[in-house]
Amino acid sequence: MKKLMMALTIAASFAVAGPAFAADKLKIGFIYIGPPGDFGWTYQHDQGRKELEKALGDKVETTFLENVPEGADAERSIERLARAGNKLIFTTSFGYMDATVKVAQKFPDVKFEHATGYKTAQNVAVYNSRFYEGRYVQGVIAAKMSKAGVAGYIGSFPIPEVVEGINSFMLGAQSVNPNFKVKVIWANAWFDPAKEADAAKALIDQGVDIITQHTDSTAAMQVAAERKIKAFGQASDMIKFGPETQLTSIVDNWGPYYIERAKAVLDGTWKSHNVFEGMKEGLVVMAPYMNMPDDVKKLAEETQAKITSGELKPFTGPIKRQDGSDWLKAGETADDKTILSMNFYVAGVDDKLPK
Amino acid sequence: MTMFEAILLTVATAATPLLIAALGELVVERSGVLNLGVEGMMVMGAVTGFAVAQYTGSAWLGMFAAILAGAAFSLLFGFLTLTLITNQVATGLALTLLGLGASAMIGESFVGLPGVRMDSLYIPALTDLPYVGRFLFGQDPIFYISILLTIGVAWFLFRTRAGLTLRAVGDNHTSAHALGVPVVRIRYLAVIFGGACAGLAGAQLSLVYVPQWVENMTSGRGWIALALVVFASWRPWRILAGAYLFGAVTIGQLHAQALGIGVPSQFMSSLPYLATIVVLVLISRNKRLTLMNTPTSLGKPFVPDR
Repeated sequence: MKKLMMALTIAASFAVAGPAFAADKLKIGFIYIGPPGDFGWTYQHDQGRKELEKALGDKVETTFLENVPEGADAERSIERLARAGNKLIFTTSFGYMDATVKVAQKFPDVKFEHATGYKTAQNVAVYNSRFYEGRYVQGVIAAKMSKAGVAGYIGSFPIPEVVEGINSFMLGAQSVNPNFKVKVIWANAWFDPAKEADAAKALIDQGVDIITQHTDSTAAMQVAAERKIKAFGQASDMIKFGPETQLTSIVDNWGPYYIERAKAVLDGTWKSHNVFEGMKEGLVVMAPYMNMPDDVKKLAEETQAKITSGELKPFTGPIKRQDGSDWLKAGETADDKTILSMNFYVAGVDDKLPK
Repeated sequence: MTMFEAILLTVATAATPLLIAALGELVVERSGVLNLGVEGMMVMGAVTGFAVAQYTGSAWLGMFAAILAGAAFSLLFGFLTLTLITNQVATGLALTLLGLGASAMIGESFVGLPGVRMDSLYIPALTDLPYVGRFLFGQDPIFYISILLTIGVAWFLFRTRAGLTLRAVGDNHTSAHALGVPVVRIRYLAVIFGGACAGLAGAQLSLVYVPQWVENMTSGRGWIALALVVFASWRPWRILAGAYLFGAVTIGQLHAQALGIGVPSQFMSSLPYLATIVVLVLISRNKRLTLMNTPTSLGKPFVPDR
């Protein structure tokens, strides 16, 4: 037994020492909130990582830490990646923001990229995707497809990224049916398939006939399929879980961004920035429009084209807040700062926003 | 289907995995062994059940395979803690970590595949009865197994000689050993039963609750089952009550949110935990009875020849 342990220890120390000899490779680390096998948010980031490896081949070496909770653990995990010699680290959830900034101060020669946040530094860049553009298209489809005039929305946490999605969905729906309603359930989890399924059941039992979600698993799609109503996928194309259910899905497409940033580090042109990209830049991709009549599909495609060209901006006035006060005047559009810190509902959402 | 009926069914689905896993752990703890590996055994059951159902097309075969997988996995725990006398707490935690990791590895190729759903019962006339028809006569097989299991465990522990022996082993293994009771063998059997139950609970998740495989899909349900055992002061019927209470408050808070009653969702999400702990602590507040029900040798190692 002791000998075996010894052999294992020696083997382990070699395994650790190994990569140190393979110098000149850019080591890139990723921190994931869930497992790469969630088929949602983390899955898509991992697809991006794989694309990056494929594109740059021998020049890079990637590692990832999965299921890292937001909070104290995050700081430890990010620091671990930095100590292991990673020169570029992507932290892929909103809640890693403060931890990322903190670790970045300790490692000035390491470049950090934080997804969906807003705090930048000399060596901390922020990248975000305009998911809400896709939500607007979904809202348009939902209002066309729903007979009840109510959609169910499963939210994870009441953070700006999710709230802006709910608002954009609502505005898209109102552009078709001004009386459209949205019921919201907060799962208070990014990833808990059983709970997401329960939330979907509760919403359907209360009479919604379209389900959309901002949580990470395919559970809600499956419930919708079982109950024979329509639903939207999240983060990845979930058509396999609801061949006759999924209308479309917002597919997060991170690969191109990861490749671009790794290249920038390799040729020394990396600079901190705060980018917010969407359909136009190809970060937000819509899964094929399915299970809807041709006229709805046409309207969805037109809406998508208008958003891509910049002709249509989802947050364009006149928009009232939920409490009835004016937010945007006619023709006025929200700036990115407002969008990224959105903490209020627009009129029509049937929920009280948790603070 | 009325709203009442719909809620009742959802509650049963949410409570069943907790009930089954907690009943298994109850028997383990009553024999004096603390197995903190419930989450790990459960997730192994979930992935095995899904995989076998996927290959064979039969949810039933998946379920049996999950039971076997849970039992086999618990045997590892049994060997380490009962034969090699390792620390039970540490070994149980290791089992959970191992289970989560191993299941992720086994399940990698199953991610993103729709699963096989276990069919629900349908008896003409009975299932169509108003209000309770679907609840009593229209659920999935694992629901009925969970109820039979509760009756079976209660009967076994408190109405049979073998159950009495098992409890004696858990209360004082030295005396039981002196009386010629095979302590280690009984504990092995209890641990295997606990593993089988956790495996079945996992199969309920991946074959009934959400027929798909995703990593870490148990999301802490094994830990809730463990807590239920303690708060129910090691009594099977209280575990049933606790599991259904937990399920009811979980589903209730989701409905309350959908109705938009305006209570902060963070508070609502913590309600199931709060309510279950408060109620079970209240019904177990008789100190003498609680002490009587606590297996005295719980977690203590037993070395026969020392």
